[in-house]
Amino acid sequence: MATQRTAQQSRGRRSGQSDGAAGERKLPDKKLAVELLEKMLLIRHFEERAQEMYMKAKIGGFLHLAVGEEATIVGTTSVMRDDDYLISTYREHGPVLARGTDPRRVMAELFGKETGTSRGRGGSMHLFDPERRFMGGYGIVGGNLPLAAGLALASDYKGEDSVTLCMFGDGASNQGTFGETMNIAALWKLPVVFLVVNNQYGMGTALSRHSAVTDLSSKAECLGVPGERVDGMDVLAVRECVSEHLRKVREDRQPTLVEALTYRFRGHSAADPEVYRTKEEVQQWRERDPILVYAKELQKAGYLDEQGFEELDRKAVELVDEAVKFADDSPSPALESLYDNVYVLGDQIQGWYSVDERTPEVHRGEHESEVGKSGVAQELAEAGAAYAGAGDVQKRRREGEAEPDTGPADDAQKDAD
Amino acid sequence: MAVVRYREALNQAMREEMRADESVFLMGEDVGVFQGAFKVSEGMLEEFGEKRVRDTPISENTIVGMGVGAAMAGLRPIVEIMTVNFALLAMDQIINSAAHIHYMFGGQAKVPLVVRFPQGGGHQLGPTHSHTMEAIFLHVPGLLVAVPSTPADAKGLLKAAIRDDNPVIYIEHESLYGMRGEVPDNGEPMRFGEAAIRRAGEDVTIVGISRMAVTAERAAEQLASQEDIEAEVIDPRTLRPLDLDTILESVRKTNRCVVVEEGWPHGGVGANIAALVQEQAFDDLDAPVQRVTGADVPMPYSKALEQAAIPHEEHVVKAALATFRDV
Repeated sequence: MATQRTAQQSRGRRSGQSDGAAGERKLPDKKLAVELLEKMLLIRHFEERAQEMYMKAKIGGFLHLAVGEEATIVGTTSVMRDDDYLISTYREHGPVLARGTDPRRVMAELFGKETGTSRGRGGSMHLFDPERRFMGGYGIVGGNLPLAAGLALASDYKGEDSVTLCMFGDGASNQGTFGETMNIAALWKLPVVFLVVNNQYGMGTALSRHSAVTDLSSKAECLGVPGERVDGMDVLAVRECVSEHLRKVREDRQPTLVEALTYRFRGHSAADPEVYRTKEEVQQWRERDPILVYAKELQKAGYLDEQGFEELDRKAVELVDEAVKFADDSPSPALESLYDNVYVLGDQIQGWYSVDERTPEVHRGEHESEVGKSGVAQELAEAGAAYAGAGDVQKRRREGEAEPDTGPADDAQKDAD
Repeated sequence: MAVVRYREALNQAMREEMRADESVFLMGEDVGVFQGAFKVSEGMLEEFGEKRVRDTPISENTIVGMGVGAAMAGLRPIVEIMTVNFALLAMDQIINSAAHIHYMFGGQAKVPLVVRFPQGGGHQLGPTHSHTMEAIFLHVPGLLVAVPSTPADAKGLLKAAIRDDNPVIYIEHESLYGMRGEVPDNGEPMRFGEAAIRRAGEDVTIVGISRMAVTAERAAEQLASQEDIEAEVIDPRTLRPLDLDTILESVRKTNRCVVVEEGWPHGGVGANIAALVQEQAFDDLDAPVQRVTGADVPMPYSKALEQAAIPHEEHVVKAALATFRDV
């Protein structure tokens, strides 16, 4: 870690904290400065609460928290335009909240509810908000990089000057898609700012144990994508750096890379015993807590007093309270919607079962009245048995013929007996 | 109507759709200056320019992933991959991204992407260039899968694939690129999920997949002339959606069914169709459904071995006769 910090100071952008000049640099206007803090607080409280809800089994699957990475996230999104695309990883509650998505819908997605950002189909790792051009969280490490290049290609193709910002982790820099995407983005001069959120661990493997080159800002240089390191614990430094990269990429139509050096205070996921790092190391980084350090800076500048901070903190907690209440009160997706949105419906594809039968209605079994009598057939249908519906019955229905009295459902029952 | 080759039919389909819709473009390895590894995109760079006919680096997974991203942002990319074996490098983006994005984001994003590539043996390209893998793609919900076996289908189905809002895996066959056939000049797209009855018959139903539809038809002629058996040959043309109705209707008439494919037997298309037919038409069958498949081996290089690994007419004839053995 010590060597990384040295590298940061030699290569990277200076930050208010690391050069000991806290409070002396020029702050943004008060309204904006406080808004940045508000957003970071929202993310922090949202994540902490999500952890609690996970322990209460309100949230299933994996839960990847970005506690500690708030400055990187908010610094970045705060300088993006509305028409810029943002695409992220599975640690994306923060980015989607920072982009302005309603925390209630984000929490509802974590709860697997119909009101969630992906209608409960995606979960924590697959949030989505097309209105804010948040193009998704992705569960495959490095899987979102090619998509980012595709989004940027679309901007160029359509003659728009929007830029794509692609977040990924230090671990993703070892995937083939990293090298492939950097090469093609540089070759085709695509407007992407690649932001590697270097939290220094690929799951439980330290950067120096997973990457031969630990200065990630230089890792794409040989592929034509120049990089710069920034202190990811300093929201203003991230803002300044990413803002400049966005401007440059927007004007030059050339991709660049930003490495935000940061740290996640929590484990890789909620189920991480953290045997791979020491408590002292975590504590050392917690002393640089991006929220507390920045709040102090605002206080020193006279933007905020202790009471004002507590007020902001309380407001963030309230928003999260509302989000939990909303998620709790929201309905789960209806079981009959299981097959919704497997395909875009249209002339050729009229419903999921139409893939096999070309009938418009969703159908779960030979004919529903018979399915009810047969546990086996119903279980098969519920489990998604691909061809639980029968083509000939559908056809007879279409042709207005009478249905037979018995069907496979009964046969299945006999077999079960 | 003009008689053109299968590869020209594909070329026509792409050109017509690109002329009609500015958002359609082609990208892939050597599709531009080289004019396509199999000359499918011949002349397209000249007509449409580098913006719309894009040579890519050799980065299959990323090319497909870029197609997904561009499709999510409103374009209609056609991605050409050189062979099915190379498409395996892109399986992450094909399944984890293209096939699942519409569902996993609750229907808010769509991926109108066509991924085209040829498959099939017969050219002594050995174990990494010659396989037949439609079954792997058939397995995945969210994908549409087309396996055209004639120039007319190649054109009509590709036009339909380009216009559809779902990701389409469009599988050509290396041995069919030179095949000639009548093709409408500026025809309408065909519909997915509509099988073609290549030959009418009353005695046995033979379902042929991809190039095996052609093999099945030849076998049917042999059955008629040598065995006095009239086979009905069905080419499903698309596997997702599958026109099961047409297959079942035929089986109810013939009471016998043979499925012919070039791919491997386990978990294959034939296994799938055999399961469907026995589920839906068990009482109509007079004999077990027979499968004719490629050999269960990686494709060998030696010409003799390669030919031994691919189904031929004689195998189809034998399988068809087997459905009569108890009569």
